[in-house]
Amino acid sequence: MELQSLIYLFVGVTFAIYIGIAVWSRAGSTKEFYIAGGGVHPVANGMATAADWMSAASFISLAGIIAFKGSDGGAYLMGWTGGYVLLALLLAPYLRKFGKFTVPDFVGDRYYSDLARTVAVIAVIFISFTYVAGQMRGVGIVFSRFLEVDVNTGVMLGMGIVFIYSVLGGMKGITYTQVAQYVVMIFAFTVPAIFLSLQVTDTFLPQLGLFSQTSFAFDDGVRAIPEGTYLMHALDQAVNDLGFNNYTDPGSVFNMFMLTVVLMAGTAGLPHVIVRFFTVPKVRDARISAGWALVFIAIMYTTIASVAAFSRVNLISNVQNVEYKSFVNGGVERSDGTVNDGSWFKTWEQGGLLAWNDRNGDGKIQYANGAAFDGPKGKPAYDGDERGTNGQRLTTNAKGAPTEAELKANNGIANEVYVDRDIMVLANPEIANLPAWVIALMAAGGLAAALSTAAGLLLVISASISHDLFGQVLMKDKETGKSTLSEKSELNLARGAAVVAILVAGYLGINPPGFVAQVVAFAFGLAAASFFPVIILGVFDKRMNKEGAIAGMTVGLTFTFVYIVYFVFMGGAKEDYLFGIAPTGIGTLGMVLHFVVAYFVSRATPPPPAEIQAIVENIRVPSGAGAAVDH
Amino acid sequence: MDAEKAQAYWQENIRTILTLLVVWFVVSLGAGVLFINQLNAIEISGVKLGFWFAQQGSIYAFVILIFVYVFKMKKIDEKYGVDE
Repeated sequence: MELQSLIYLFVGVTFAIYIGIAVWSRAGSTKEFYIAGGGVHPVANGMATAADWMSAASFISLAGIIAFKGSDGGAYLMGWTGGYVLLALLLAPYLRKFGKFTVPDFVGDRYYSDLARTVAVIAVIFISFTYVAGQMRGVGIVFSRFLEVDVNTGVMLGMGIVFIYSVLGGMKGITYTQVAQYVVMIFAFTVPAIFLSLQVTDTFLPQLGLFSQTSFAFDDGVRAIPEGTYLMHALDQAVNDLGFNNYTDPGSVFNMFMLTVVLMAGTAGLPHVIVRFFTVPKVRDARISAGWALVFIAIMYTTIASVAAFSRVNLISNVQNVEYKSFVNGGVERSDGTVNDGSWFKTWEQGGLLAWNDRNGDGKIQYANGAAFDGPKGKPAYDGDERGTNGQRLTTNAKGAPTEAELKANNGIANEVYVDRDIMVLANPEIANLPAWVIALMAAGGLAAALSTAAGLLLVISASISHDLFGQVLMKDKETGKSTLSEKSELNLARGAAVVAILVAGYLGINPPGFVAQVVAFAFGLAAASFFPVIILGVFDKRMNKEGAIAGMTVGLTFTFVYIVYFVFMGGAKEDYLFGIAPTGIGTLGMVLHFVVAYFVSRATPPPPAEIQAIVENIRVPSGAGAAVDH
Repeated sequence: MDAEKAQAYWQENIRTILTLLVVWFVVSLGAGVLFINQLNAIEISGVKLGFWFAQQGSIYAFVILIFVYVFKMKKIDEKYGVDE
C-alpha cells in the first residue's frame, strides 16, 4: 500500500479506538469526571500516567535534542524520570490519603486559606496552558507532515478529537483512552528504534545498541570510519572532525545540575501528573502506581538515548558529501550498492524545517558545525517558493562562500545545512529508508503522544476552574463553607471550562510561542518553584502555616517567572545571568527560595490551628484512606 | 493509634525515605552530573560510564528504587498495623 494511504489507515483506526473508548467510559458524576471515580487499577493508572506524561516533547523532540546536545541531554532523561522517585516517596501516597479532587484542594485545605487556594489555581492554569501550547504545536507538526494538511487544519482536527473524549469522558474517559494511547505510542517508538538498532549496529535491543559496534563503514567528510568501530567512538570521532563538541562529554556541569534538579522537582510538582494519584483506590496503590508509571516511561526513555545516537550517526553518514540533485530525486548509490534515498530531505525542506545552502557551489551537501543561514539559531528564512539551480528551496538569508576561519575550524568543511531538532525522530525512519508501515506507525504514535498529554492538561485546567475557583472560592456558601453549586451544575461547568480550555489551547497551537521543548521547560521551572515545595512542606512540616505557604509560593513563582521572561522573551544578555544560571535551570533557585522564605515566614507567625495539625497527622498514616470525597 | 506509636511509625518512614533518596541522588545527580567527568574515564564497550549513568543507568536505578520503597513501606505498615 502507498505510504499516504497507510498513514490515513493507522491514524484513522487509532482515532476510532480512542473515540470508542470515550463513548464507552463517559463520566456521569463529578467524581468520575475529576478522578475517574477513584477506582482505577494501579497498573492501568501507571500506563495512563505514562501516556499522560510522555508528551509531544518526549516523543517528537527529545531524541532530537539529545542527538544534537549529546551528553548534556542526559539532564532531560534523568530529570523526567527521576521526578517519579520524588513523586512516589514524597507526594503521591500522602495526597492520595488526603483524598480530594485537585491540587488546589490540598493547598486550600492544608493552608486553610482561600488566598492560598486562589494562588494555586492561578499557578495550575498558567503551568498547564504553557505546557498544552507545546502539545498543540506538536500535533500541528505531525499533522502537517504526515496528513499533508495545513498546520492550522491539523491543530483544529486534533482539538476536535480531544474535545470528544475529554469533554464527554472526563478523567474516566481519558484514563482508558490513555491506556490505548500508551500502547500505540510505545509501539510507534520502539519498532523503528529496533529497526535502526539492527541497521546501525546489528543489535536487536536499542538499549544495548549503544554498546555495540557499527555495522557499516562511513565517511564523515574528513576520514573514513571503518565498520566494527564502537558506536560511541564512531560518533565522537565524526562530530569532532566536523567541529562539534564531543558527543559523550558534558558542557557545563553546573548548569546541567540545575536543569536536572528543576526537571525532577518540576515533574513531581506538575498538577496533571499529581492528580493521577487521586484516581487509585488506596495509598498502597498510589505508591505502586508510581512505580508502574516509571516502568512504562523507562521503556521509552532508555530507548531514547540510543535513538539519539543512532540518528546522529545516520544523519552524518547519509548526507555528508552526497550530490543534492540525485539524492533527493530517487537517491544515490552507496559504496555497498544500496540506495540512499533522500526524498525525506525534500519533504522537510518543503516545510522549512530543513534547508540547504550550497555555499561552495559543488552541488553536494556538506554538514558541519556552524550556521549556513543568518537567521537566529541559524534558521533559514523564505520568500515564497523560489528554487535554485539544483532544485533546492532558496532562502533570503543564505550565507555566502565559506570563510577561511570557518574552513579552518571544521577541517575544511563549511556547514551548508539547517536541521530542525524537532524533525529528527519523525524523519528517522525515512532517513534509514525503513518500510512504509513503520513511518505510518510513527505518525499515529506522535499523535497519540501529543493528544494524550493535551487531554490530561485540559482536564486539570477545567477541574481547577469549575471545582476550585467556582466551587470552592466564588460560589462558596460563607456560613457552611460548602459549594452552592449542585453536582450537576458543577459537572456542566467543568465541561464548559474544558471547551474554553480547548479553544485557548488551539489558539496557542496555531500561534505557537516558541519551539516545543523550550515552552515545556518553562512549565517545569514554575512547577518546581511552586507546587513541589508547597506540598512537601504541607506533609513533612506540621508547623508550616498559611503565611509561610503563601509567601513561599508568591516568591518562588514571581522570581522564576520574571527571570525566564526577562532572559528568554525580552532578550536579556547571557552575561547578566545570576551566578551564570541559564533560564531553563532557574526554577531550582526559585524552589530553594520558596523553601527558605516559607520556613522563616512560618516561624515568625502563629502556628496553624489544631485541626489542621490533626489533618497532617492523619495523612501521614495510610490506613483509612477511603474514597475521595467532595467537600 | 496512640501518639507515641504514630511518632515511631513516622520516624521509620522518614528514615526509609531518606536512605532511598541518598541512593537516588548518587545514581543521578552524583554519577550522571557532578562526577560525570571522573566516571567518564571508565569505559565499557565504547560507552563512557558517567555518560551511561546520565542517559540510561540512572533510569534503571529509579525503577528499582520505587519498587524497593513499595516493598519496605508494606513491611513497615504491617509492623505498625496501619496497612489497609
